[in-house]
Formats: sequence, C-alpha cells, structure tokens
Amino acid sequence: MKLQRVAALAKKNLLALVREPGALFMLVLFPVIATMAFGLSFGAAGNGQPTYQIGVVNEDLSGMMWSQYLIGNLSETVILKVQNYSDDDAAQSDLSQGRIQAVLIIPDDFGLSCDSFWDSPIDPSRWINTTVTLFLDSGSLFATQAIPTIVQQTLSASVYGIQPTPTSGPVSMGSPSLVDVSKLTTFDYFAPGFFAFFAIFLIMTVSQSLVFEREKGLLRRIRTTPTSSSEFIASQAVSNMVIAMLQVAIVFIIATLVGYRPLGDATSFASAFIVLSIFSLCCVGFGLIAATLAKSSGAATGISFIFIMPLMFLGTFVSVGLSAIAKEAGKFVPSYYVTDALTSLLLRGAPVTSPTILLDILVVTIYSMIVLMLGIVLYGKYGKT
Amino acid sequence: MALKEAAIVIENMIKKFGDVTAVDGLSLTVDRGELFGLLGPNGAGKTTTINILCGLLEPTSGSVVVGGYDVRKEPSKAKKLIGVSPQETAVYPHLTGKENIELFANLHAMSSEELKKNVDGLLQKLGLRDYAKRQAGKYSGGMMRRINLAMALVHDPEIAFLDEPTVGMDPQSRRAVWDFIRELKKQNKTVLLTTHYMEEAEELCDRVGIIDNGKLISLGPPQQLKKQFNARNLEEVFLQLTGRRIREEV
Repeated sequence: MKLQRVAALAKKNLLALVREPGALFMLVLFPVIATMAFGLSFGAAGNGQPTYQIGVVNEDLSGMMWSQYLIGNLSETVILKVQNYSDDDAAQSDLSQGRIQAVLIIPDDFGLSCDSFWDSPIDPSRWINTTVTLFLDSGSLFATQAIPTIVQQTLSASVYGIQPTPTSGPVSMGSPSLVDVSKLTTFDYFAPGFFAFFAIFLIMTVSQSLVFEREKGLLRRIRTTPTSSSEFIASQAVSNMVIAMLQVAIVFIIATLVGYRPLGDATSFASAFIVLSIFSLCCVGFGLIAATLAKSSGAATGISFIFIMPLMFLGTFVSVGLSAIAKEAGKFVPSYYVTDALTSLLLRGAPVTSPTILLDILVVTIYSMIVLMLGIVLYGKYGKT
Repeated sequence: MALKEAAIVIENMIKKFGDVTAVDGLSLTVDRGELFGLLGPNGAGKTTTINILCGLLEPTSGSVVVGGYDVRKEPSKAKKLIGVSPQETAVYPHLTGKENIELFANLHAMSSEELKKNVDGLLQKLGLRDYAKRQAGKYSGGMMRRINLAMALVHDPEIAFLDEPTVGMDPQSRRAVWDFIRELKKQNKTVLLTTHYMEEAEELCDRVGIIDNGKLISLGPPQQLKKQFNARNLEEVFLQLTGRRIREEV
C-alpha cells in the first residue's frame, strides 16, 4: 500500500468537504446550526436550566428519616421542584393532567431497607429489598430523559452517601455514578447523543460521493492506474475519520460556547474522539453498502436513509422517549453504544477504563469492523460498475 | 530489417456481453513508438477494446499483452506503463485543473520534483496554465477535455490509450491536441487512438485498423489503404468496405 496514493485520494475527499456546498452544509454547517439551536434553547447560555415538577408520595412507615432525607436531597437539586402528595391517586391525577412531570412513590419499607443496608453493608442476606417507583409523563420527551437519571443519582447519594457505590443494594437504583446533577441542563443530557447523530450523516456523503464518482467515470479512471482497492478504501476511511473528528471538535466548541459543561477531563475527550473515529468506519461501511445498492446519486441519498434512520432514532439523543421495545431494539445499532460511551464519559465523568465504557468501545469496534468489511466485499464485487 | 518490439499484442480476442458480441476475434499488434488509430463508428467495439487493454474489462477469450504483461495475469504491472484518456471526460469538478492532474500523478506515485515538472509542462503545452487554479467544474468543454488528456499523460506513460481525445472540441483546441499527440510520437511513445474523425486518423496515425461490428475489417497505413481502395480519404475506404458512411451512425 502506497501512502502517497491514500493521502492524495483522502485530500481529494477532504477538499470536497470544503468546496462542495452540499457536503459542507451536511457535515459542518448543519451540526453547527443544530448545536447552536439546541444549546441556546436548552442549555445554560439560553438560561435554559429547566425545572421539572415531581410529585412525591411518601408511604414510608419506618421512621421517615431516610425518606425525608431523600426528599430533601431531591429538592436541593434545583432542577426538580418537589410537590408532596398524601396519596397516589391525587399524584397520578396531576400527572395525567400534565401538572407535574413525574411521580415518585417511596415504599413503606424504605427506611427499614436503608437501615438494613447500614446495619450489614457487606451481608446482602440481611438486607430488606425494596423498590422506589417512578412514573413519568411519557409525553414529555425531555423529562423522560432527565428525571430518571437525576432521581437515580439522588437516591444513590441519599442511601449510600459519598462512599463508593456498591454493585448491589437493597434499594433499587440505576446509574452508579455520583453526579452533581443540579448543574446540568437538558442540553448537557442531549449533547453526547449529538456527536453520534452528526457522524451518522457520513453514510450519506460517502455513498453520494462514491456513486457520483462511479456515474462520472472517475472510479473507472482510477482503476486504470496502479491504485489498489485497499488504497482506495483506506483513503475513504482516513478522510471520513478526519471529518468525524472535525465534526466533534466543531460541535464541542459550539456547544461549549452555548453553555455545554461536560464533566469529563482531557482523557474523556480524547476517548470520545477515538470512539467517534471508530464509529466513522462503521459509517463508511454503511456508505459503501448504500453505494453498492444505489444506481444513481439520488438513489444513494434514499438508500442511505434506510441505514441512517434506525441509527439515528434508536441510538442517539433522538431515542429519548422511545417505547421499551424500541429501546431494546436500540441495542442492535452501534450508535446506541457510541452514545452510551459518550454519556458515561462526558455526562457521568466516568473513566475510560470503566467496564461499561470498555464494553461499549468493544461493541462499536466489532460492529464497525464487520460493517466495514461487509461494505468492502459488497462494493468490491457489485459496486464498482 | 530488424523486427520492432511489440507494445500491444492482441490475439483472437472476443468479448461478449450476454448474447451481444462486442469484439469478435480481434487480432492486432501495435509496435513500440507507433501511433495506431482504431477507427469505426460508435458501437463498433473500439471503447470495449480499450477497456480490455487497460484492465477494466476481462475478455471472454483470447489473450491481451500490454508492454509485455498479460493484462489478466499481471494487471498492476501493465497499469504502471499505461495512461488512459477516457472518451467521456472524467475529472473531479471540485478540484482545480492542476489538482486533478496532480491527483493522478500521485496515483502513479511520482516523486514531487517529477510531479511538479510534468504538471507544469503539461499545463503549458495544453494551454491551460492561466486556468490551472480554476475549479474544473467551471471549465469549458474543450478545456475539460484537455485536462482529461493531461491526467492520462502526467506520469509520462510508455503506452497511451486515447479514446476519442478530440470529440466535441473546437478546431483550435483540436489542433493543439494533435500537436501534442505528434509530440508523444516524437518521444517514441506508443499511442493507441480511437476516433471516428477520419481526417484525424489520416493526419496523425502511422497505421489504422478499421473495426466494424467488433471485427477488424482492414489494417494498414492510411496512404496504403487509400491507394488499395482507390479512395480519396478513409471515409471512402470505410464506405467501400461496409457500404455505409462512418458518420451516419455517429
């Protein structure tokens, strides 16, 4: 493989980004405009610290100390406005009428459960297990994204304090990370999904450019030179990885300007770049498959959306508020794992070495390699002419 | 008289697309340094022949050797020796004329010094120096064709396949390209030129092969063919051979 050829072809692809208005809009201007719009609407710069009304039904009969502590902590998050209810029916009624966005039911054995944990923190056989129930307004897209995370994290902090969170406990809980959620905006919750969202559009630009080159006889022309298929594909991979990283940098800068305040450090950002670079290979693979199937540039756009839609709706910030089935289906698309990894890195401030993130990166890598290989094989066999 | 070394040897080449036979038992030898013209109407099989010679298509049967390499067995070695100017202009519209030529120089892995020298030289010879930094998408048809030609020849290939290099050009541009092709001949390059312009073939070619319905129907120097058929030009030669005018089908 000659790097000179790969570099020349990659440069040609990158120049298209700068000089072709369609590519420039889709890969640069669209992310910039969308990030600014969302950031200003839902981020700190837009004074967008949202508040959500949450109804709390405290059924705790075991001393109330733990439940009052939890309620107090929920109130201190600022983002949640707690409204106490004496019975479930009244709370559910207000929820159904949109007066509140969520109802939290603290069970009658909540205090006993907490006590059982602190009496025997390392002996699960002595714990009294219980579950805090949360009802959400499914019509509120943002509430369904933000509230569960905040409640789970506040619950975790209330029950287990600042000690390392145990892998299991008597009170049902979600994310193990301890995050100062009161400083987060809706935009902060969405931002990790943004990065994957914009990268997905690489599928369309890759397929369009390949079909254009095929239509104009440029691919045939390249095939009359000593350039090998592997050099050609490598140039696609290199140029699109560069574009993906450029997108991340641009989206991050714009997001920061409009108030995005992620929790990650430099390592987190470097890891995010790596995850998205790997994901860009997956997009190149889907682009190759779309280009194989498409007979014209117009068809390439349409076929690309067959891949773009599920990746977008099931695996990015758009997936917020989907049905349980759709959320399960999301686990079959790579963008889900990209967004999950970026959320852990940038929203929860988790280290890249944490098992969840490593697993996400592994899944994205395997997925990307399979899709890329499939794309190369199909395109090599059926897509060149 | 010493035998000349062959640059292209085609033996009984057949190419079928389904039931259609595009090239039917073509046998032909082009010597090194020869400027050979493949003439015939559209659909005669000229472009298919060139596509096989440059490795884009596989022949159904027969053998094809370019620069001493069997294009089926050693395509990458053959591709290092050839430059191909396709019939339809194939240039990247978002790149400048110069960038298009440089891209193909890099695909042939030229050194930076050689690249600069050849690119500048070609832009000068083809009258494109003043437009070198303009994006190719904004070029006129004639300029686009000249860039198309320069992209094929930037790496100074031993063998050039020029598929209808002057089609659609204005007379001035055509003359400039003819001069350029003559210069290739002076440099002892082998040129296989396809055209349906008979005057172009008469003006430039050492020998011509007339092809019709995929078959080679006549072969020889233009003067010899005209003499043989007692014709004023190659157009009349084709008329006598086929009963049709070559441009009727254009």
